[in-house]
Amino acid sequence: MELFWEHREAIALAFAYTVLLFLFAGIGSMVLGTVLAAMRVGPIPVLRWAGTLYVHLVRNTPLVIVIIFFRIAAPKIDLKFNFVDVVIPTGVGDVRLNNIFTACVVGLTIYTAAFVCEALRSGVNAVPLGQAEAARAIGLPFSGVMTQVVLPQAFRATIPPLANVQIALLKNTTVAGALGVAEAFVRMRLLIKNNPAELWTLFIGFALIFVILVEVLSFISHRLERRVRVS
Amino acid sequence: MRRMKLGMTAAAALLACSLTACGDAGEDDDSPEVSAEDDCDGKFDDGTRMAELAEAGEIAIGNRVDQPGLGQQDTPDSVPVGFDIDMAKLLIADLCIDPESDSVTWTEATSEQRETFLQDGVVDLVAASYSITDERRELVGQAGPYMLTGQQVLVPADSDVESIADLQGEEVCAQEGSTSLENIEAEGAVGVPSASYAQCAEDVVNGTVPAMSTDGSILLGLAAQYDGEVKVVGPEFSEERIGIGYSKDYPEMCQWINDVLTEAFEDGTWEESFNAHLGAEGEEAPEPPALDECAAS
Amino acid sequence: MSGSVLFDAPGPRALARQRIYTVLAGVLLVASVVWVVVRLEQNGQFEYQKWEPFVSPVYIEAILVDGVLETLKMAFSAILLAVGFGVVFGIGKLSEHAWARWPCWAVVEFWRAVPVLLAMIFIWNLLGTDKDSSPYWAVVLALMLYNGAVLAEVFRAGINAVPKGQAEAAYALGMRKTQVMLTILLPQAVKIMLPALISQCVVALKDTALGYVVLAPGLTYVARLIYSNPQFGQNQIPTVFVVGTIYIILNLILTAIATWVQKRFVGEKKVLEVSMVGEDDPSARAPR
Repeated sequence: MELFWEHREAIALAFAYTVLLFLFAGIGSMVLGTVLAAMRVGPIPVLRWAGTLYVHLVRNTPLVIVIIFFRIAAPKIDLKFNFVDVVIPTGVGDVRLNNIFTACVVGLTIYTAAFVCEALRSGVNAVPLGQAEAARAIGLPFSGVMTQVVLPQAFRATIPPLANVQIALLKNTTVAGALGVAEAFVRMRLLIKNNPAELWTLFIGFALIFVILVEVLSFISHRLERRVRVS
Repeated sequence: MRRMKLGMTAAAALLACSLTACGDAGEDDDSPEVSAEDDCDGKFDDGTRMAELAEAGEIAIGNRVDQPGLGQQDTPDSVPVGFDIDMAKLLIADLCIDPESDSVTWTEATSEQRETFLQDGVVDLVAASYSITDERRELVGQAGPYMLTGQQVLVPADSDVESIADLQGEEVCAQEGSTSLENIEAEGAVGVPSASYAQCAEDVVNGTVPAMSTDGSILLGLAAQYDGEVKVVGPEFSEERIGIGYSKDYPEMCQWINDVLTEAFEDGTWEESFNAHLGAEGEEAPEPPALDECAAS
Repeated sequence: MSGSVLFDAPGPRALARQRIYTVLAGVLLVASVVWVVVRLEQNGQFEYQKWEPFVSPVYIEAILVDGVLETLKMAFSAILLAVGFGVVFGIGKLSEHAWARWPCWAVVEFWRAVPVLLAMIFIWNLLGTDKDSSPYWAVVLALMLYNGAVLAEVFRAGINAVPKGQAEAAYALGMRKTQVMLTILLPQAVKIMLPALISQCVVALKDTALGYVVLAPGLTYVARLIYSNPQFGQNQIPTVFVVGTIYIILNLILTAIATWVQKRFVGEKKVLEVSMVGEDDPSARAPR
């Protein structure tokens, strides 16, 4: 326990990275996933086909490989993130949102979006037929049917699966640690290396922080679900 | 298992050759020939570890597999190549074991695990760019050094960085868990951990990070591959003395390792190996370093 | 629900508009693919030297035997152990005794919330130096704990999904609790759970790639040897491309098996709904 107190600042900084990775990739994946879901249920065959291909490709690729792609291959095709260079000074060290961080966020976003898309699509399928039919009957076009009627209800039906996808994302941020972002996993590895005798304490401590973060997320999702439930 | 592998090889080869021109990667090596001594009876004193190993005819080595020039392996089953590996092979051969045979177990030893490997007897020797330090000598035995090197900086060819001092507060890449990474932070730069040095070099070329830093010998090897896109700069800001690791339980191994290394220094094998793996075109190999005295045992 | 419920059958004007969109989208997609290929070409990523290992027998053998085979071995050992773990803790969570239920619940919740990477590093350090098998077991055990925790939930839900009358009838015949569980409930539950089980295999297979942080054998290990070999001139991109493709093919095969098993043994209807804290693989839920 003393070890944690002694390194509290470094650990807090590491989890700041974890949370930032999660927030950026979480928002990004929701937006991209919604667009993909719209593509997959929409009327234009090319887009439907592209959306399906995307989901199948990305879902079956290990996350590590997706992120490595953005870290190594993307710069070769001029897809660089060097324009991102924000240093947030904190009392305990700088939080650096740089090109490496951005590449990892993009990788996590691309990966998670495929799962968001699938969760939403199953949500769209769960919306009663009559809703879409009624929307069409009053003359709404596809975009109107989706944004005004179907998607709002789909979101409601998909809160639990979406929450699961986002929880998986939170845990997946550790993969960015293996590719150059100094987040929680990197810090734990370093601490274990320097204090091999404290292996159990360190692991259980870091694991419990993750358990707490996960529980916070599922608590929020339960509250959201309660609030928007139609009874 | 062997039989199945042969079958699969044949099938794979057939497939590959039918699809396209047949590649022949992975079949050249210009390391010096090392062949096993043939008479070890009575060569080592009874009860020494060397006698035991020679008697058993088997040995396990901890080495690197992804550091070109030092320790690098083509496929998981092949015998690794490199300067570190050649030193290990000399030692193996001195025990009358054929270094190319299956009697040698090559195991990847990471920075994190080298000491434990030796302490627990998983490997008999470590030849893995193993810097000699006082902390490590508390835990394991280290003989040598057989190479001296120091940490330098690798930057893009058009960079005006001249040494680590120009990189205060900038990101500098090095391998995860390495001493190099700690040294970078100690010099005031921001360390970026990476899975491998090859990946670091790629990041430098891409402009993802302004520089990377580790032992000069590794950097020179990387710079050679990028053909003028990058350069090695700056004075060495650390001194690394690379040696062979052995278990503290067998202090008698120190003198034996030193004897074998001395012989290699004198008969030119050391120089030949250095030139084959680390030497740049038209550059002389340096003088072999002076070995540390072994504590009387 | 098919997509057509969301939009009307297009009239002539809508059709014209859709055609424009189709062409625009098509052009955009093709253009971006072409751009990527051209840029890679300009970067020399298609040079023979960089692709040579993937047409050389020595390396193809290494990729297949030391790569694919080892990866599959790790994934399947992990899944087999995870099934055992899942059965024990899934049944434990259903126990009537609070002293058995709560610890099982805690263990399952813990391992579902802990990132696999953290568990892997922990087990790797814990196993320490058990020769070169320690990275292998670090991967297998970490995946066992995570997938086992997810499967425990699947088992619990599966057993709950067996109609109540089945257990009641068995009790009426005078069977004991263990008997009811082993001979009546489990066999029926397994049938319901098969698709979820196989899609968990996909998750496990993908996660074996994380093993590269503990230097585990398998595809990522062979890949590391290939791209750090100077002979091939820094061929990270071709290597990542090849390894990614292999993973995709393996996973598509597994998914195809899952679909087939589902059709063959379960039928279209009965779908198991499990709230998964872990990686929510939508293919675990059958299409409605």
